Amino acid sequence: MLETFNFRVILEYMPLYGQCFLATLWLSALSLLGAIIVGIIACAMRLSKSRALSTIAGIYIESIRSTPLLVQLYFFYFGLPSMGVMLPEWVTGVIALTLNSGAYYAEIIRSGIQGIHFGQIEAGIASGLSYFQRMRYIILPQALGATIRPMLGQAIILVKDSSLLSLISIVELTRAGQLLTSERFMPAEGFLTTAAFYLVLYYMLKAFSGWAEKRLIFREAH
Amino acid sequence: MWSFYFHELMRSMPFFLKGVYMTVAVAGLSLIFGTIIGFIAGILRAGRNKPARFIVGAWVDLIRGTPFLVQVFIIFFILPGIGIELEAFPAAVIALTNLTASFICEIVAGGIIAVPQGQREAATAAGLSYYQQLRFIVLPQAMRTILPPLVGQYVLLVKDSSVVSAIGVVDITRVGWLTVQRVPEGLMVFGLVGLLYFAICYPLINLSGFLERRMTVASTKL
Repeated sequence: MLETFNFRVILEYMPLYGQCFLATLWLSALSLLGAIIVGIIACAMRLSKSRALSTIAGIYIESIRSTPLLVQLYFFYFGLPSMGVMLPEWVTGVIALTLNSGAYYAEIIRSGIQGIHFGQIEAGIASGLSYFQRMRYIILPQALGATIRPMLGQAIILVKDSSLLSLISIVELTRAGQLLTSERFMPAEGFLTTAAFYLVLYYMLKAFSGWAEKRLIFREAH
Repeated sequence: MWSFYFHELMRSMPFFLKGVYMTVAVAGLSLIFGTIIGFIAGILRAGRNKPARFIVGAWVDLIRGTPFLVQVFIIFFILPGIGIELEAFPAAVIALTNLTASFICEIVAGGIIAVPQGQREAATAAGLSYYQQLRFIVLPQAMRTILPPLVGQYVLLVKDSSVVSAIGVVDITRVGWLTVQRVPEGLMVFGLVGLLYFAICYPLINLSGFLERRMTVASTKL
């Protein structure tokens, strides 16, 4: 296979790969931002005292977690037009990714908040700290320290999941490999280059995750 | 119109059941092979052989760092280039087995490392060989840490199996995709598809949660 590996074609397609790399980056970044917001809202609903809100959030989280992302993607891709809602493909893709990761973020944030002993909050009240001060100095630093690793892990999953968007013909990294395959019939060159780009992203996020964890543990210790 | 489509959908129910059968077959085979390979790789990863540890670690990173869809395309489109012709079904099983094994490897290695060093030292002092230690001392204790995430991994396996519909394996997702061409009610069709996945995944998710509670209680009792 290596004798026939055609690096010239890869060079020729490099501008396309560059564009697609950026597309993957901003599609993921947009979905990540949305997912964290959705996650915070869903978690607040899940933990709220209102029975109705809690049930709605519970149904949302459970139904997302027990169905595949690809099915959710097709659900919106084929379902929204049948309801008369016409959206560009990339918007559909970002909505599906956001709602999918949002459910996972809700669970991560919830485990972070519930991991804090109630005694900590009581101690804060006893020392005369206000609600805001307790949040700022006691609850959030601990919750963030405990959840930073699963949060970044979910971000890595989100970037990889964005490859499914190629199946609803959004042009991103995986689609670039498909294009090289169908235009030049060179699947090896196409998909191995795609994989290499994803690996770059993966190692960058992994390094950042290690750095953030060290820094947060350092801050926790002081 | 709705009732007409609903009727159509009910008529293609046998088709959907065939899809369920295919999903269960692909996921079930990969579950068996993936668990066996994953355990072997995990034991190597936590073992004393340095080259083996390095190779397994690099393999896990490669699989974790690239999207599953890209892995499926690489196996399905590139292996024929080096003389290995594969049908969609074996290609799907190979890809899923590979993915599952790499994740189970990390779970098993983590579980083995979490067993206190003193246990192994005591076993060495009692004159047990490395394999006897593994078999009678380390693995039985590690199973407590391994079991809950292992079942969680099986849920991911069922969900990830939806991706192999992209290379034409007629699983539940593919059946939905084919049906939506005839019955243009995306919400209804993929609602049904989601429901079928839910029926498979939800009991597994609960089993994982149950095991997690059981195992923590068991370990605090010691």
